[in-house]
Amino acid sequence: MAKSYDEINDKIRQGKAVVVTAEEMVGIVAEQGTKAAAEKVDVVTTGTFGPMCSSGALLNTGHTRPRMKIQKAWLNEVPAHAGLAAVDLYIGCTEMPENDPLNAAFPGAFRYGGGHVIADLVAGRDVRLRAQAYGTDCYPRRELDCLISLDDINEAMLINPRNCYQNYNVAVNAHADRPIYTYLGILRPNLGNANYCSAGQLSPLLNDPCYRTIGIGTRIFLGGGVGYVYAQGTQHSPAVARQDNGLPLGGAGTLSVTGDMKQMSPKWVVGVSFVGYGASLNVGIGIPIPILDEDMAAFTGVSDADIKAPVVDYSRAYPLIEGDPLGFVTYAELRTGEIDFAGRKIPTGSLSSYSGAREIAATLKDWVQKGEFLVSEPVQPLPGRETGLKMHLLNERPIPAKEA
Amino acid sequence: MASRKIVLHFPPRLIEEPVICRLAKQFGLDFNILRASITPHREGRAALELTGEPDDITKGVEYVKSLGLRVDSLESDVIRNDVKCTHCGACVAVCPTGALAMNHVTFEVAFDKEKCIACELCVPCCPPRAMEVHV
Repeated sequence: MAKSYDEINDKIRQGKAVVVTAEEMVGIVAEQGTKAAAEKVDVVTTGTFGPMCSSGALLNTGHTRPRMKIQKAWLNEVPAHAGLAAVDLYIGCTEMPENDPLNAAFPGAFRYGGGHVIADLVAGRDVRLRAQAYGTDCYPRRELDCLISLDDINEAMLINPRNCYQNYNVAVNAHADRPIYTYLGILRPNLGNANYCSAGQLSPLLNDPCYRTIGIGTRIFLGGGVGYVYAQGTQHSPAVARQDNGLPLGGAGTLSVTGDMKQMSPKWVVGVSFVGYGASLNVGIGIPIPILDEDMAAFTGVSDADIKAPVVDYSRAYPLIEGDPLGFVTYAELRTGEIDFAGRKIPTGSLSSYSGAREIAATLKDWVQKGEFLVSEPVQPLPGRETGLKMHLLNERPIPAKEA
Repeated sequence: MASRKIVLHFPPRLIEEPVICRLAKQFGLDFNILRASITPHREGRAALELTGEPDDITKGVEYVKSLGLRVDSLESDVIRNDVKCTHCGACVAVCPTGALAMNHVTFEVAFDKEKCIACELCVPCCPPRAMEVHV
């Protein structure tokens, strides 16, 4: 018995929709089977809360008097891209102040970067805006140094070109004889620890592995407010190797998302620092999945025991792009705090907050149950595995020699 | 017998004094040095676990204070900023004593200060910088 988006939304409006989190759906499907689960459940809510480096904020500060066409800008000394119209700025979450020592004294602390600026704005704190311009007849002003806050400025949009990675690597250090400092944390030598970063059974794209309901235009929970999927994410790679149930065996689909920062909460937009690597932004995302039919019940019923992640050596294989994963482990194993791998027990650490993912899925469940949040049919689906799409390496074509 | 974890702060003029040795000899205390360091400003810091009769521990602590050292309890040394912590669990694989451990029911990171030896390994590996050292 299939349900349409309209039927599900009618139930949501009437406050009659049965909404469960993806974690609750695991038990429902296990106990009652996919057919009964599909009949009973209308919407499954998902969540994820972890570092998402391809994130940034587009700010329109409002015009100065006299007008200024900002050419260079800094927010709390972190450079923002000003190559747009007069007072539109984009600040990426991994940007660092020009005077930061970075990794000159290795490993650098990366205490404050673009992600921290974005988090400060969301928290309502004042941020110092410093800007320069060359001056034109219509935009004569050349210098600006003032405080701004989220309330003061016209628009503030989180525009994240790649979030919500569908599955991810488990990082280990197999070859370096010292700790290595990565975006998946500090990895101790000789497989001293294994770090992972996915909400697993709660993660949005792992509950809709073939992108049947999550697509362009999907309304989502973003940073505590309402946002939207505006495109497939960069490096979207639906055609990677998958299990029979459609679950990818590594990073696959990604989402480009956007939302109004003025609705967001500092709880779900957090500046983070990876020692020796850089700054980033923790973003909380939740996506409701309409249970259109039995297949969707099966997809959302997967558990951490069903989802496998590749174990990748970050001391050599990852940076040099060579070799295959060392093996695969399930999120159920990772979440015990220890994996049996390569004949030993390796402690695991997570970069993504499972309790945060749980809270986001529960919050979204509440919004849908109250009739405040409807599910949306994609305006356009994301490219699926049938497209054969996979990210590829840069083709470094040489510069042709100048003709004499 | 009792045991107590403390942090001794040595001013520059006392860093060459065998203070900890005297604690053992004069007060009969067993000591386990958990961590020790000297800053570029020549201030010393040593985290100890003292074991002995409760009275002797009290007298020993009074003695080092009388020499001019500052004494803190170790529990107040590394603290977690609960507003900043996202409970991701990046710290649990590096904590050598299990003071930071994932609760597998709530999936929140529990911080057991009793087990903390103030090694500070959790401080740099915490992405939101929620682990703070108070000296």
